[in-house]
Amino acid sequence: MTSLVVRDVALAFGGVRAVAGVSFTVAAGERVALIGPNGAGKSTLFNLVTGQLRPDAGMVLIDGRLTVGLPPRAIARMGVGRTFQVAATFASMTVRENVQMALLAHARRHLRLWRPARTHFVAEAEALLALVGMQDAAERGAGILAYGDLRRLELAMALAGSPRLLLLDEPTAGMAPAERAGLMAAVACVAAERDLAVLFTEHDMDVVFGHATRILVLDHGLLIASGAPDAVRRDPKVRAVYLGAESAGAP
Amino acid sequence: MSFIAVQALTGLAGAASLFLVAAGLTIVFGVTRIVNFAHGSLYMLGAYVAVTLARDWGGAIGFWGAVAAAALAVGALGALVEIVLLRRIYKSPELFQLLATFGLVLVIQDITRAVWGAENLLGPRAPGLDGAFALLGHQVPEYDLAMIAIGSAVLGGLWLLFHRTRFGVLVRAATEDREMVALLGVDQRLLFTAVLFLGAALAGLGGALQMPRQAASLDLDLLIIVEAFVVVVVGGMGSIAGAALAAILVAEIHAFGIVLVPKSTLVLIFLVMAATLVLRPAGLLGRAGAESEEGGRAPPPILRAAHGKARLAWPLLALAMAVAPVVIGEWGVVLATEIVVYALLAASLHFILWGGGLVSFGHAAYFGLGAYGAALAVKHLGAGMTPALALAPLAATLGAAVYGWFAVRRAGIYMAMLTLAFAQMTWSAAFQWVRMTGGDNGILGVWPDAWAADPLVFYYLALVVCGATIWGLQRVVHAPFGHALRAGRDLALRAEALGIDVLRVRWLAFTLAGAAAGVAGGFFAFAKGSVFPNILHVGTSLDALVMVLMGGVEHLAGPLAGALSYTGLAAELARRTAHWQLILGGLVIVLVLVLPRGLAGLAARAERMEGEA
Repeated sequence: MTSLVVRDVALAFGGVRAVAGVSFTVAAGERVALIGPNGAGKSTLFNLVTGQLRPDAGMVLIDGRLTVGLPPRAIARMGVGRTFQVAATFASMTVRENVQMALLAHARRHLRLWRPARTHFVAEAEALLALVGMQDAAERGAGILAYGDLRRLELAMALAGSPRLLLLDEPTAGMAPAERAGLMAAVACVAAERDLAVLFTEHDMDVVFGHATRILVLDHGLLIASGAPDAVRRDPKVRAVYLGAESAGAP
Repeated sequence: MSFIAVQALTGLAGAASLFLVAAGLTIVFGVTRIVNFAHGSLYMLGAYVAVTLARDWGGAIGFWGAVAAAALAVGALGALVEIVLLRRIYKSPELFQLLATFGLVLVIQDITRAVWGAENLLGPRAPGLDGAFALLGHQVPEYDLAMIAIGSAVLGGLWLLFHRTRFGVLVRAATEDREMVALLGVDQRLLFTAVLFLGAALAGLGGALQMPRQAASLDLDLLIIVEAFVVVVVGGMGSIAGAALAAILVAEIHAFGIVLVPKSTLVLIFLVMAATLVLRPAGLLGRAGAESEEGGRAPPPILRAAHGKARLAWPLLALAMAVAPVVIGEWGVVLATEIVVYALLAASLHFILWGGGLVSFGHAAYFGLGAYGAALAVKHLGAGMTPALALAPLAATLGAAVYGWFAVRRAGIYMAMLTLAFAQMTWSAAFQWVRMTGGDNGILGVWPDAWAADPLVFYYLALVVCGATIWGLQRVVHAPFGHALRAGRDLALRAEALGIDVLRVRWLAFTLAGAAAGVAGGFFAFAKGSVFPNILHVGTSLDALVMVLMGGVEHLAGPLAGALSYTGLAAELARRTAHWQLILGGLVIVLVLVLPRGLAGLAARAERMEGEA
């Protein structure tokens, strides 16, 4: 089943084409990496899928439903979880409260007025934190976390909504190499278990080639290659525009 | 037809002054990112200074000399304000900036009263322009044409200044990107001081030019600042052309509205503002996104539910309030009732201010609607105390739901300006709608039922109901709703991505806070036995803000500490000195500069130091 269909999506910012007609799909069970140089349009594409931005042209379907024009919260409720390039958490709450907030929002209980929020979904929050390796930091304030921990927390929050489609914007930025592998292994595990469709951007090529089932290469807002990691690795166009001369023989 | 032309001309003349003030406000905001509440006070000073100069020195410098000198003098004062105060708060949270400049409003007003007295001051007419000419069979003052000419000249002059001079280009650059100016090798301090001089001089000029049209009076400062807020909200903050366009729009609505629907000008302006907010949220000529500058702030502290010894604080406080009457005597009971009421008012403001980051500068509206709701029920429906008290939060909820729906659509300073404008409109309505509200004479005879007539009984009633409401608000802060509200404050982007409708949550919170303020308002009416329009005035909103600020924004107990200390202080000050405004304004400024975390913050710091020792 195809979770995400992006068809001929385009967006320009004041005449600059950030995304210039891009089409691709992501199916359940797939872990698709979206790579490309800085400014290629990766985050813009993410924001087009999750509704923070509205495309000038083209359409986005999630589980067969057209999402263009819907606000981010409506798209989130369709079963789309995401993390942001600049890790986004609630700084005035503890780590556990952040996850509880995500769980409460997903269960549509966030307008309840009486029972303390910290008593809701305690076990579920703990389980999610354990999944991303944050169980020991549950009581810490989210505003003082190290960057790698913020990313973990954000992943737990994205998973709290029981998404069918998970979008991760540079999920391992700011982490040590060993941590990166651990986090991506956790993502792979959850994705397999829940049959998720995963789309992620990443600058670390080890992470990309080690964890993606398929790779999309974006350059200047255009998709220049797409396919299995090995095929993309050999693609001369990719080597030329993205991997660059100095790493031509490397990957 | 001729009538329309003449009214349009009158409107344009009114627009000139309004444009000068709004343009100054918008220029200063563009560069300093501070909404200068005291900008209206500078306008007022411009009027007073011009009248004095024209009267005492008119022979030497003439009418126009007096106008120019007044503008320059006010400009110099603006520069002084920048050097002494604003410079120190550029990096403060916007709430504190607003409060500090509001403190300035009080200080300037008190000084103005001390220098010029409370009587209105009428200035001389402009020589050669003191007559009227006939236009299509109607009399039009010649001075109106002069106003239109000067307004247009200033608009053109500003355009030249900003597009043809180095100073202007620097100001525009600073408006668009503050970091860039630092890179240009310009003395930023000088630039900021110069901008304040320009903005203040424009306000002063606006006030001075009104001399033949309008007497200088002590309420000009707030009257004009509210109108200027409306103009910049409608025109778009930071846009001079937008200010001109919106000033014309608002002034024309006044000009035509007064003739066509005399009692509804305010409603018309409210509708224009509301429509702008819905259709063009950034204003007619404003650019979207100019207000969403966040980041660089310290992470807010984690809010934890009370634990250990702190758990006992609330029951102990309740117990202390319950036994207090034994100690404080009859006068004390009356004051204690007031404190309880104000504590709820402050707590309701704190709920949205801290819990949601919603900067309301018009919380008096909901307090006042509650009070008027109760009083009107007694006066017009013959209701008893209990149903009247129940009606109070209903009236406030309705007001907060309507105003809040628009206000929560804008963040930060825009919200502050909007809430203030809404509250001042409500105040004007209570003032003007004499048949319903008794106008300035207020509504008298709002006394408690016989069973609660004893001040002690009424005190306990207020304590129980207001205390329970405060406790309820505390529950909500820690409940999922409170967390959702805080999530929207911390990072709306993330909250939306989780499926939370941030605007809806904010609106509900705003309405809930309004309802709680309404409860307080109802008790206030019965505690005083009367209601006057003053309760809706921005002064009351400021009282509530100062209580929250004094107590400390970041602590749930803050509003209570603030209400206690502030109400006590105000009562003492009012007894001892006529210059309470001066002292209060100075206190607000000092609080912002020295004690931004408030009294509760002070206590927390002491606790922490104790812990470390």
